[in-house]
Amino acid sequence: MALEVVTGNHAAGYALSVGGEANRRARGVCCGIYPITPQTEIVEFVARFKFSKGRVVHVESEHSAMGVCIGAGMNGARSFTASAANGLTYMAENIFTAGYYRVPVVLVGVNRTMGPPWNIWADQSDTLMLRDGNCIQFYCEDNQEVVDSILLAFRLGEDRRILLPVMVIMEAFIMSHTQMNTELPEQGLVDRYLPPFDLPHRLDNARPSTVGGLAWPQETLSMRVEVDEVFRQIPAVYDECRQAFLDVFGRDVGGFTTPYETEDAELVLVASGTIATTTREVVKKRRAAGEKIGMVKVKAFRPFPEKELLGAVKNARKVGVLDRNYAAGIGGIFWQDLRAAAQGKRDDLVLQDYLVGVCGGDVTPDLIEECIEDLRGRRKAGSPVWKGIEA
Amino acid sequence: MSTKTATHGAAAGAPVCGVENSLLRPGNTNCGGCGLSIVLSMIGRALDRAGKQTRMVIPACCGIVTAGGYPTSSYGSPVLGATFGGSPAFATGVAAVGDLNGEQDYVVINLAGDGGTYDIGMATLSAAAERNENFIYFCYDNEIYGNTGGQRSSATPVGAKTTTTPYGETVPKKDILSIMVAHRIPYAATLSIAHPEDFERKMLTAIRTRGFRFLLAHSPCPTGWKSEPSQTVQLVRIAVNSGLFALYEVFDGRRYRVNVSPDGSDPETYYGQQRRFPRDAVDFQVVRAEVGNAATRLAKLAEIWPARDDE
Repeated sequence: MALEVVTGNHAAGYALSVGGEANRRARGVCCGIYPITPQTEIVEFVARFKFSKGRVVHVESEHSAMGVCIGAGMNGARSFTASAANGLTYMAENIFTAGYYRVPVVLVGVNRTMGPPWNIWADQSDTLMLRDGNCIQFYCEDNQEVVDSILLAFRLGEDRRILLPVMVIMEAFIMSHTQMNTELPEQGLVDRYLPPFDLPHRLDNARPSTVGGLAWPQETLSMRVEVDEVFRQIPAVYDECRQAFLDVFGRDVGGFTTPYETEDAELVLVASGTIATTTREVVKKRRAAGEKIGMVKVKAFRPFPEKELLGAVKNARKVGVLDRNYAAGIGGIFWQDLRAAAQGKRDDLVLQDYLVGVCGGDVTPDLIEECIEDLRGRRKAGSPVWKGIEA
Repeated sequence: MSTKTATHGAAAGAPVCGVENSLLRPGNTNCGGCGLSIVLSMIGRALDRAGKQTRMVIPACCGIVTAGGYPTSSYGSPVLGATFGGSPAFATGVAAVGDLNGEQDYVVINLAGDGGTYDIGMATLSAAAERNENFIYFCYDNEIYGNTGGQRSSATPVGAKTTTTPYGETVPKKDILSIMVAHRIPYAATLSIAHPEDFERKMLTAIRTRGFRFLLAHSPCPTGWKSEPSQTVQLVRIAVNSGLFALYEVFDGRRYRVNVSPDGSDPETYYGQQRRFPRDAVDFQVVRAEVGNAATRLAKLAEIWPARDDE
């Protein structure tokens, strides 16, 4: 296994390509690609890759990028693509379709502020818009986690008990364009990890059926309920995929959440992506000074790891959520779901939302310290607090 | 697991009875006199004649409704429903994977109406044509959004009343075939349900041609056109004979052949049989002049850049 210094985009492009290549033993790989800053380097990598049994289609839009993936998946091939911000909103209709058709496309989302105005910096509001789009969502905090999560995403999404699209997400520039030491597993190991894929309900002339025609409310409802039931099975199947990953690659890809020093913590911060890394460092420093403080990183947003999160804050009195995203008039989106999860179970919690790094601002240790100080002084939670607004 | 999601579980190996083709089964939900029903039967017969199966991709349009309600399907072939503007991308994926796996027993047909072709699918269609993707794109043009109850599209002819042009359409319809020919695709042709031999020959040409093939059929919608269902074929015949719907084919975007030359029939007859055209909505002198110009242009093109004898 080769340790290389690569960007998040390079890491993602590599993982998607070797993951796709692994299906040469079955019906091959086919994907649609379309550039958008800051993910362009991913599709450039994919375009350079020499697939043994693959087709990379240079489409005219993100909508068609996902369209090609759905068509390819429905004819039994592995498929993947990548996008960001406005590209994801343009693609959205077909992301929903992939979920409803149970086509396990792996979609890398590089968080970028929704435009206009054209702002290319990190903001998670784009991928979170798709939180109800029937896709699994993993937020990563470093390039290694991107590689590992993509490989796991193929195996998880394509598992016959799941068959759903999986989004693997990283933040613009802070990850996409930042080089880090990253293990890029060789093809042979990836082949061992990923079983050959063929969609069980793919187009078949021996069994002609119409997929996606008219259906009445009751029949449509039964399909939706089926997806809901599948979502409840994801944690168990994820654990299997995680164990298999450890067996093949000798590395743990991590869980839906990763608590840090939460056991006796009175104050816990909840963070995702690169903000989790910074938060962990701040917590480490404060722990050294004797404070009972902890943090929990959220990797999976869909399915939402309700039990794990409530477990991580079981001894806490105060919880601060650091959201690099927001819904106008309401607040951070991670906070909203956690608040809903805590409702009736932990009404004693001071559960405060901090909007940090929204629209791409830097989230520095000092900024996180400010959030901690604010939370310390609170006896009850208030409205979400905007950080980073210059007076 | 049993994946019933969005799948119309058509009875496997159900007998195809009462019709002469294996594509469109009896009991479909099309309106009486629908041009699409005839189009589908003719496509099915051509496929049978060529000994080919098909995997179809159909966006939101009457063609997907033809299948009927879940869990039935009136199609004898697998059909992948596509988002309204996305079908050529879906078809690209299906055809690409078929090619990757060397599957030659079926041809991928992307069937769409004029809304999905002239309007919302235009960019996706253009891109698939430009890439010369290996499938047949078949547009049945009923000159309205039929499935939503008859709204104007950019295929609606001047003078036609629709629910969104209650005072009559004022903008001439797009010349979609010229747009597709400009992509220099291997094969582009117009087809008429009133000319079944010509229809079948063009289908067979399309089936044996590799790359992107664009076929356009004039497809009356009695419901939207306020025409008699029994007159559907006759309307297309008048449209062709009067020159309103020219029957021609273009190879590689360069070589033209006119298949049926106008016989001098008066276009006014065509308009008179459809109540979507109010009496004073159409200036027939203008129509006659335009039809004449279009016929002359095509004849000239076929004279200067003729199709080869072997194609």
